[in-house]
Amino acid sequence: MATTSPTVRTGSALPRWARNLALTLLILYIVLLVGPIAGLDAPRIWQSIAAEPKTLVQVALVGLANGSIIAIIALGYTLVYGIIELINFAHADVFMLTAFMSLTVLGAIGVDQKSSSGQIFVGVLVALVVAVLFGALLNASIERLAYRRLRNAPRLAPLISAIGVSFILQNLGLFWGGLRIIFPVMGVNAAAPKTFPQLLPEGILFQDGPIIFRQKDLIIILASVAFMIALRLFVQYTRLGKAMRATAQNRDAAKIMGINVDTVIAFTFLLGGGLAGVAGLLVGLYNGTIVFNMGLTAGLRAFTAAVLGGIGNITGAMLGGFLIGLLAAFSDVYFSSRWTNAWVFAILVVILIFRPLGLLGEAGGEKA
Amino acid sequence: MSAQVPSIPSNGSVNGNVLLEAKGVTKRFGGLVAVNNVDFTITQGQIASVIGPNGAGKTTFFNMITGIYTPTEGTLTFNGSSIAGLKPNQITAAGIGRTFQNIRLFANMTALENVLVGMHTRLKAGLAPILLQTPAVVHEEVRARERALQLLDYVGLGRRIAPAAARNLSYGDQRRLEVARALATEPKLLLLDEPTAGMNPLETAGMTTFIRRLRDELGLTILLIEHDMLVVMGISDRVSVLDHGTKIAEGTPREVQSSPQVIEAYLGQGGAEEKLAQMKERSHARTA
Repeated sequence: MATTSPTVRTGSALPRWARNLALTLLILYIVLLVGPIAGLDAPRIWQSIAAEPKTLVQVALVGLANGSIIAIIALGYTLVYGIIELINFAHADVFMLTAFMSLTVLGAIGVDQKSSSGQIFVGVLVALVVAVLFGALLNASIERLAYRRLRNAPRLAPLISAIGVSFILQNLGLFWGGLRIIFPVMGVNAAAPKTFPQLLPEGILFQDGPIIFRQKDLIIILASVAFMIALRLFVQYTRLGKAMRATAQNRDAAKIMGINVDTVIAFTFLLGGGLAGVAGLLVGLYNGTIVFNMGLTAGLRAFTAAVLGGIGNITGAMLGGFLIGLLAAFSDVYFSSRWTNAWVFAILVVILIFRPLGLLGEAGGEKA
Repeated sequence: MSAQVPSIPSNGSVNGNVLLEAKGVTKRFGGLVAVNNVDFTITQGQIASVIGPNGAGKTTFFNMITGIYTPTEGTLTFNGSSIAGLKPNQITAAGIGRTFQNIRLFANMTALENVLVGMHTRLKAGLAPILLQTPAVVHEEVRARERALQLLDYVGLGRRIAPAAARNLSYGDQRRLEVARALATEPKLLLLDEPTAGMNPLETAGMTTFIRRLRDELGLTILLIEHDMLVVMGISDRVSVLDHGTKIAEGTPREVQSSPQVIEAYLGQGGAEEKLAQMKERSHARTA
């Protein structure tokens, strides 16, 4: 019998580079085919950038401001995923409810644009504290009621549970929005977007043609970055942060080191919910409107950001948040705002094909 | 290896007191009886070993002592109070530390951080002080760091290894780091699950000496699972033999070596010397 050459392989005969090339060509083909429909018209984009390059700078600034909020929400996904490998689909709806809570608190205190800056400062501070506590406790209660018992169940069970909780919270938001008798700030229509008082200073810090950088842009970016840095330091250096990382990396060993894993997981949910509270207030203050289903888009973008950066990785979530913010702003202006979500997910798909662990993800995962 | 001895508070009881007592401990997984009606005691300051063929239930027994499994039946008493059914973190807090058969370090943390995690239960700071980073918390963290460095020294890794990621350490060093991490929990009883697995003869000899030092210098009581008969017979005060989940022999190394049940469990028949020689060979083959 003739001996077969040792180089002959059975099964998938294509070498890796050829498969990657084929994939690249396929993606290129789809982009060229569908791209123009979705606003990818290179000559037009190039022309508008050449005609007014400063708009590009403005787009970048808007992207950074929105991206910083996306990043804060993304941290909630990534923290929870890092520690129990669950995509907490209810997270974005916790964020939505904290925005409702912020509005309720501001309405109850009665501050609006016309109040003195001292009153506004106190009002926003109170709203921040209440929103953070509310988000934290809500998220931790969800963990206790809906996820803890499923911790050793197949992974799909808590995931479906999370989706269920997400729907419950959305309906809770709709209900809350209809309570105009108790909370006059909610307006007439339960499902309609609610107007958030414009409390952030609108003073222009810098203006050059279309580039306008307001105080509130700066405040949003600084506030988000401050919270992210604080979280990073907390997880890196404190005893509880170390316990979180230990639990994420090896739950059994963490138990033997005397760590109460249940407490650490509950604390992680508290932390994620608190961050959602920060984002809820910031979004209301920055965008001026909130609506009961805003968790959907925000959540999908934040989740994409977390995966893009490498889910489970805190720095990755921040990076992913800013990138998604920039991409969305660019798409809004230069592609077509209707297709922005499609572009966000197209980028996600491409990145996952070529770098499934995300931009900063490592094999084995640097978790939490 | 030369280092000052870190002070692990001894519990003050006289040698000879019973530290851990298991009575009629049984663990069933469905129809499988992994550990069957085992009685076991270890007294303060002893080095005791549990041996037995693969699948004899040794690690399951360890897992019950450390709270990873709850015994189906039986009682476990540590230092005078019952520990059956407690959570692993409560048992660690009570004073039982352990290492794992397959190393389970926190691979992406540094050596120092691994030891600091071990100190978790011994640090007092509550949530609010941690968030506020009060001076007391900062001071506690600084002291913890210093003690962690001492422990790295003590197990022979040295302080220079502190910033290295645990996953980048050599196999032998990872084992030492696991011991340092277990010592950081300030145990009275230390469980070592195959501490010399995968080590060459030289490393094994070093580990044997080290285990004895842990007892002599730190006053620890040590319970080990071990396959290497040279190690077991060399350092154990008492040896217990498990087979198919049942304790079939117990006594001094010499008594156990000549026990007919033990020989049968390992070989079916044949002399003790022959059995030992074969087991040595096997354990060396495993390291190769």
